[in-house]
Amino acid sequence: MNSRAKLVAAAVVACGFLLTVLAAAGAVLGAGLEGTERASLAAVLERRLGGVLMVAFAACAFLLLMLRTLHEFLVLLPARAAEQAAAMLEQPSTRLTVQGGRELRALLVAVNRIAEQRQTRDEDIEARIRAANAAAEADRNRFAVLMSELAQGVIVCNPDGRVLLYNRRARALFASSSGHGMAALGLGRSIYGIFDRHLIAYALENIDNRKRAHRHFVAVTESGRLLRVLVAPIPETGAAADAGAGRGLSGYMTMIEDMTETFESESARDQLLQELTESSRGPVANLRAAAETLHDYADMDAEDHRRFLGIVRDEAEGLAGRVEAAARKYAAVLKARWPLEEMLGSDLLMAACRRMVDRYSLRVCLDEIDAELWIKVDGFSLLQAMTYLAARLRDEYRIRDLTLRLSRDGAMAHIDLIWSGVFMSTETVMPWELDPMNAAGESSPLTVRDVVERNGGEVWFQRDRAAQRAYFRFLLPAVSGQQAGSSLFGAALVDSRPEFYDFDLFKGEETGLALDERLLAQLTYTVFDTETTGLEPSAGDEIIQIGAVRIVNRRLLRQESFEQLIDPRRSLPPQSIKVHGISAEMLAGQPPIDRVLPIFRAFVADTVLVAHNAAFDMRFLELKEAATGVRFDRPVLDTFLLSAVLFPNQESHRLEAIAERLGVSVLGRHTAVGDAIVTAEVFLKMLPLLAEKGIRSLGEALAASEKTYHARIRY
Amino acid sequence: MAKKILIADDEPNIVISLEFLLKREGYEVLVARNGAEALDRVHAERPDMAILDVMMPQRNGFEVCQDLRQDPEFRDLRIMMLTAKGRDTEVSKGLALGADVYMTKPFSTKELIAKVKALFDRA
Repeated sequence: MNSRAKLVAAAVVACGFLLTVLAAAGAVLGAGLEGTERASLAAVLERRLGGVLMVAFAACAFLLLMLRTLHEFLVLLPARAAEQAAAMLEQPSTRLTVQGGRELRALLVAVNRIAEQRQTRDEDIEARIRAANAAAEADRNRFAVLMSELAQGVIVCNPDGRVLLYNRRARALFASSSGHGMAALGLGRSIYGIFDRHLIAYALENIDNRKRAHRHFVAVTESGRLLRVLVAPIPETGAAADAGAGRGLSGYMTMIEDMTETFESESARDQLLQELTESSRGPVANLRAAAETLHDYADMDAEDHRRFLGIVRDEAEGLAGRVEAAARKYAAVLKARWPLEEMLGSDLLMAACRRMVDRYSLRVCLDEIDAELWIKVDGFSLLQAMTYLAARLRDEYRIRDLTLRLSRDGAMAHIDLIWSGVFMSTETVMPWELDPMNAAGESSPLTVRDVVERNGGEVWFQRDRAAQRAYFRFLLPAVSGQQAGSSLFGAALVDSRPEFYDFDLFKGEETGLALDERLLAQLTYTVFDTETTGLEPSAGDEIIQIGAVRIVNRRLLRQESFEQLIDPRRSLPPQSIKVHGISAEMLAGQPPIDRVLPIFRAFVADTVLVAHNAAFDMRFLELKEAATGVRFDRPVLDTFLLSAVLFPNQESHRLEAIAERLGVSVLGRHTAVGDAIVTAEVFLKMLPLLAEKGIRSLGEALAASEKTYHARIRY
Repeated sequence: MAKKILIADDEPNIVISLEFLLKREGYEVLVARNGAEALDRVHAERPDMAILDVMMPQRNGFEVCQDLRQDPEFRDLRIMMLTAKGRDTEVSKGLALGADVYMTKPFSTKELIAKVKALFDRA
């Protein structure tokens, strides 16, 4: 009953009651009267009836008015306040209107203050969460940049050996090793696919926490590269570690260095040294014997004397050549070891300028800078050399204004450190090149000359009398235009930084849970597609391409893809070429299906398979089982059937139609990987929609698919 | 009677010095340019000592030394080996194969003559 109905009912009851009381009073009065009295009363009443009715009506009206006021105070206002309070739960910024009697007002004010407090607290918590999230995000970004720029490969695993993180370098190391168009390294994959389980177990077992936090081992990749691997355990933090009696392990990290080049250059150096000593022994022996004979037997005849001198001359000449050749070889080895990097010359000068200004309060300007010029140098040592010279100019000649200039001279670059006004003699300045750079705030055991030589350059002091200036000129190797282009390309690659980490995997797997019971959102999937010679596998059609991508923790990992063309060992129907665009020439020299399937089986290991119209692709794979012995027995989800589960009333469940329905852009269709990516994106969009329908676990998804499959078969 | 010494080395520049030195010291000197020739000349001319370079064409010094030591006929032949590789392992190998003295190039000529004399005096 609403409040208005209540009011009406109350009014009817009140007026009825009043009229009944009046009528009863009349009846009691009338019952005790004699006939004449009654007649006179009737006469009086008859005359005064209007007045009596007026009084009764006025009483009723007053009663109604009272009731209305009471209703407003006791019913309407609290009800309104209750409504406002309910709204306030949804919209914490609104407040109750303070009205009504004193008591009600007090209550409403108190409620408003509680709401105020709660809102402030919520906002505070939200602000803190936002700040914490932003900090965590910033940390992650910094961390990601650090990882991706690191020269060593880094792989972080949970205790099960599942990969949680790897960086660009690690990817490069192992991408080159497998050579199957498939990454051996991937998020959520087992690290034991790369390193022997025993190597890692042995390293971890032998780490004594008190002495050392890590251990090394040496591994060899499939392609024969020599890796030095550091393993460090990641201890468990917080309560989990305190509760455990022993040393808790939340995972471990491996840092990988490719030692192949270092090893090669070291062995080249050793070999050089050995060659030099061993090959010198003979000639030196000849020389020494001849010289000693000449000395000890001075009485020999002229003919013998001439012969011995001839030996001395020939052997000395031979030795000189040998030393020269060794020096040349050694220089090549040395150059390989000195880390020269390609950099923009202008970047180096900007850095030098900043260093001189900050450290020595010099006034430095950049003049005539060739902005296109790349140089190959060890930037830091060169920076030290330039600032060291600038500092000595300031300290010894009070030169505070300097100019830096960069220009190209054929295959070389000139960097000039210029000043004007003061002209010192070459003799005073040249020794600066030969002093260790530990004066004037720089500290290095190297001299300017050392640095310049290690950079494969030269340095000299020059005066330009006409321009009233003097300068130090650094002559350094420039990078040719073509090479510089390649490193620019490298820089572009760095910008599109893919995500190679997923710390949500740290938690490890919910072991003990049957696969069917595990949540769809937490599973690892391989989404794949095949291109074939035709539509009938049983009539001899064959797979000619497999493409696949992985989904880990609801993230599509495009960079961890599988793509392989396959020689079908049969002709290619022209009408199929129109579909997939793969020509017979493209398939020539590709591996046959029996070599590809074992590799693909390894790629899908431990994942749930997803494909659009999976029955078609699976049929092809099943038919090969007998011949190849490779079984695909992982669970399979079909986006075609899942679409039918989600949109039972739609006519089309073609991949394009679903993609459009779910807002997935379709690019690069009809290449196996392109279709796999579209399918994967569609699948990811389906997951929340399935959850809304109560389909959360793999078992539920499979059951729903089966049901709709049978339903579709029936019609 | 003058002792006979065979010098086996493929480097003429050391042979010239050694030949001159040993002749001056009063020895009779034979020269071989490689391992095979060294063996032939030892068999044919029965020297009292052979100075063998390790690195020689055809048969190297080790092989020649081993060959000669297996033949009881040459039990008294002194063998000195010369090498341009100064590795300890090689010295051990030479001595194990029956060389009496092992000298590493570059050697002192005085020391060489002293070693030669010492080898003859020992007998």
